[in-house]
Amino acid sequence: MALPLIKVENLSKKFLISHEKQEPYTTLRDVMAKSVKKLFQKGVKPEGNSEEFWALRDLNFEIKQGDRVGIIGRNGAGKSTLLKILSRISEPSSGKISIRGRVASLLEVGTGFHPELTGRENVFLNGAILGMGRAEINKKFDEIVSFAEVERFLDTPVKRYSSGMYVRLAFAVAAHLEPEILIVDEVLAVGDTQFQKKCIGKMEDVSKNEGRTVLFVSHNMNVIKNICKSGIVLSQGKLVFSGGANEAVEKYLEGSADLGTVAKLYSHKVKCEFAKIVNININNSKNPLVTIFEKLTIDLEIEVLQNISQVEFFVLIYNIEGSPITGLFQKDNDELFKIDSTNHKVSVTLENNLVPGKYFVSAGMFDRSRQFVDWVEFGEMFEIEHAYADGRLFEPRLGATLQKVQWEKIR
Amino acid sequence: MAALTDELVIEPGRAEKNYWKDIWRYRELFYILSWRDIKVRYKQTVIGAAWGVIRPLLTMLIFTFVFGKVASLASSTSSTPYAIIVFAGLLPWQFFSTALSEASNSLLGNANLISKVYFPRMIVPASSVITSLVDFAISFGLLLLIIIYYKYPLSLNMLLLPVFIIMAFLLAFGVGLYVTALNVKYRDFRYVVPFIVQLGLYVTPVGYSSSVIAERYSGEIRFWFSFNPVVGIIDGFRWCIVGEPMYWPGFYLSLGMILFFMWLGIWYFRKTEKTFADNI
Repeated sequence: MALPLIKVENLSKKFLISHEKQEPYTTLRDVMAKSVKKLFQKGVKPEGNSEEFWALRDLNFEIKQGDRVGIIGRNGAGKSTLLKILSRISEPSSGKISIRGRVASLLEVGTGFHPELTGRENVFLNGAILGMGRAEINKKFDEIVSFAEVERFLDTPVKRYSSGMYVRLAFAVAAHLEPEILIVDEVLAVGDTQFQKKCIGKMEDVSKNEGRTVLFVSHNMNVIKNICKSGIVLSQGKLVFSGGANEAVEKYLEGSADLGTVAKLYSHKVKCEFAKIVNININNSKNPLVTIFEKLTIDLEIEVLQNISQVEFFVLIYNIEGSPITGLFQKDNDELFKIDSTNHKVSVTLENNLVPGKYFVSAGMFDRSRQFVDWVEFGEMFEIEHAYADGRLFEPRLGATLQKVQWEKIR
Repeated sequence: MAALTDELVIEPGRAEKNYWKDIWRYRELFYILSWRDIKVRYKQTVIGAAWGVIRPLLTMLIFTFVFGKVASLASSTSSTPYAIIVFAGLLPWQFFSTALSEASNSLLGNANLISKVYFPRMIVPASSVITSLVDFAISFGLLLLIIIYYKYPLSLNMLLLPVFIIMAFLLAFGVGLYVTALNVKYRDFRYVVPFIVQLGLYVTPVGYSSSVIAERYSGEIRFWFSFNPVVGIIDGFRWCIVGEPMYWPGFYLSLGMILFFMWLGIWYFRKTEKTFADNI
């Protein structure tokens, strides 16, 4: 095919962010109150309290038919905005996209599912929402139901479904859409491993055998490498790389490592008189993405402000809700370091046995009498992806930690 | 692949051009959404469809008593049972008020759809107005039963009733579009609608006949009374059902107001719908 299926030219999307106190929405009351205030404050210049924010800036790329493209970027890089524009949910501020063919987006599985309706009814409802005609759904109905493995529960309201059944049914509808372009955003984080495999298989099938194009957004680099042929890397709304999937993943990981050299301002819980932590890196980067059981190395760079001979370092790891998961104290198993007036860098390495998710890292120092020298709270973050180093996907379960264990058959 | 020649271009302001064509393309979704709303509505309530009967019936009984007996607004010259007069007015009023309430909450109620999937947004309020037609149909059947009970003769005017039903539909749709779009931006607007509906009941000739206004005050006041577009619709209903003489100047004024609200609703909705997904 000589002509690209999707052609994006100079695409930009701008949002206005207001710097006033953040409200989730405007109320009429506020608007009226403000206009009344304005009446009485003549001569005061109108509030110019908002700033432009470019979620996407001058994107240019092309996607060919039958391609499986991974869209990679950190949170806030503009991935979701790009998908929303491609699926026509929001409008670009400038630029142009030409798409030849029907687009179906799966920004979240189960969009439009109604809990009161039965599985059967929801298939028709969801299909129509995703752009299928009734005749088309009728034709594929049996296929959808057997893919989702919910035959027995077809006439049960979906509010009685287990979450696994719900997701399976929702994905099954979308997988049988037959659009020329399928947009998928992180749906594989749910469902059991077997179903995830089935989904990946279906996506490959769709693009290899039927020549359809798949755009796939995920934070799971292994899944991207497995599924996608090519990749697009976004960073702060700009296109950083477009090419093969493996190179794109490398570029992305490199990119997050680059950021590691930039120190940022931390919030210190104590007044740092003697020494201060100026930079924390995790696996030589900021906000790294690691696999399950991948070792973590946390580097602390300190600046000595006044003479202090000895300090004890500590690192705390919190989960996303802010509850502490573990505390690492140097005193537990190591000699303390001698500190002189120069700047130092220390590191701690740990076997990571945390379950997938995002974690915050805090770090600090005590002096000899266990007084705080510094305590940086929620300094950096890291994320453990839903996959093992060999690409196997993680099956959600109860518990906050994982262990490498040995199972033996005794009898 | 013939479909591939069908090129879609996304640009700022592009959606404007194919607007009505797009709505036609998505008609299937339109049926399905209406069907969903109807289904869910009658599934969630215990007494289901019975509710559609009890509500208008009770309201009619109370209004007949309060307006006919207590306030004695019944015209002495007319031989029509007061219950039928009240019901003929109640029918369009209840349709209008439920349709308006449903339509104005429709966008927020479907926020997850709007932020996740593209389709012409106008389908959402339109299908909730359609859903209200089901209640209307039930009430209409009830009216026919009452007419049979009183052995009241029907006139040929009845054939023109669909015209006034369409007018009521358009009015609810127009005002609904406007309010639901406002609701996305100003969330406290949803408190305004029940208030308008409650107040509207008294400035609308539901429990009394519009001719009472002319009898007690003056013809001029009756004309200005028709600034409320529902007045023209209710007069039309009574003209069709009980053969009350039509007051044409008032009708044209109401018709004008309906067209104005349609224009206002569509204009404001289209102006703001591009930002729904960003704001909702």
